[in-house]
Amino acid sequence: MAGTFRFELVSPERVLLSVDADQVVVPGDDGDFAVLAGHAPVISTLRPGVLDVTAGSVHKRLFVKSGFVEVDPSRLTVLAETAYDLDDVSAATMAEELKTAEAELLAAKDDSAKRRADTLVSELRRLSTRAA
Amino acid sequence: MASLKDMRNRIASVKATRKITKAMQMVAAAKLRRAQEAATAARPYAERMAEVLGSLASKVADKNGASPLLVGTGKDQVHLLIVMTAERGLCGGFNSNIAKLARADANRLIANGKTVKILTVGRKGADNLRRDLGRNIVERKDFQGVRQLTFSHAEGLAKRVLEMFEAGEFDIATLYFSEFKSVITQKPTALQLIPATVSEAPGGAAAKGAAAAVHEYEPSEEEVLGFLLSRNISTQIFRGLLENSASFYGSQMTAMDNATRNAGDMINKLTIKYNRQRQANITKELIEIISGAEAV
Repeated sequence: MAGTFRFELVSPERVLLSVDADQVVVPGDDGDFAVLAGHAPVISTLRPGVLDVTAGSVHKRLFVKSGFVEVDPSRLTVLAETAYDLDDVSAATMAEELKTAEAELLAAKDDSAKRRADTLVSELRRLSTRAA
Repeated sequence: MASLKDMRNRIASVKATRKITKAMQMVAAAKLRRAQEAATAARPYAERMAEVLGSLASKVADKNGASPLLVGTGKDQVHLLIVMTAERGLCGGFNSNIAKLARADANRLIANGKTVKILTVGRKGADNLRRDLGRNIVERKDFQGVRQLTFSHAEGLAKRVLEMFEAGEFDIATLYFSEFKSVITQKPTALQLIPATVSEAPGGAAAKGAAAAVHEYEPSEEEVLGFLLSRNISTQIFRGLLENSASFYGSQMTAMDNATRNAGDMINKLTIKYNRQRQANITKELIEIISGAEAV
């Protein structure tokens, strides 16, 4: 283990989380990847999914809708519009998100928008059934 | 000459006004602090976004087929001015300063034979520009009754702007808002939104340049850039909204402070006048009584 690195979750409104993490699993557009300290510099877009953060003995699961990540050997920055801590979020919020996502899916015109909305819906469905 | 009763009423009314302006000033001060906090909290996101965008854009910009959001449509015939103002007045020159800047630019563009379209955000700007540029206003948005501006407000706006851009309704979009310099200075600013102005801060770019150069991009540079460019619009609009709200409260606070002080001055003046008149009346009555007594 190469030790810890700085993990920051930033939303347009404020910095949501800033911790020294051991490992973070990032749901990249091209597939999930785990980031450890000393990871090669990467910039990737995110697909809707769960960020799995391990910081010492603390384990956090954060749901992000979209955004992008910037990885440096000593730093990981996630820029996302909305993020929910899956341990805190209420079932009602998830249901509401699911509803808007489904509406988006119906409204989506082109293929890429449809694909995005589709992943979001399926991801949300999966999470809410598990939470229930 | 106003009677004593009139003057008393006048003083009472100015005092009531002073109370109101004083209260408004304090409310503005409290809201200003919150607006400022929101603006500061939003900064890391915008900065990171600008950094990544800057390093990416410098790589991709000269290639052909780059996104029109970055390089433009190749024309500059139709201009979209997005004018952001406040929903309310009583804030000194805040709204009219933004409108003045936008109007000057609009008139210049029209004089050069360009087509100008205006999208107003906030009621006051629309009211101000409607008089002479009413025909150019294509859309009005307002956030009346919105207590806390969130990113989704900005996103909604950005979506509309992007839709218009994709439909070919304009070539260049410029954002007008008031930059928050300090509590007492707010500067009306024009910021070109489309094609994106990629700012490369001299110190920051050099320092970041080395680190950014070795980044790998997933899925690909073009896709990341495309994603960022559309996201950048919402971020810039959000920044504009936040700066605007901080500026608005700053401006309102100053205006209300002035008003409170003016009211105080006025009360002093009126009170002196009132007392003089009262004394004059007493003296007059005394003279009348004394001369009446002497005559007996």
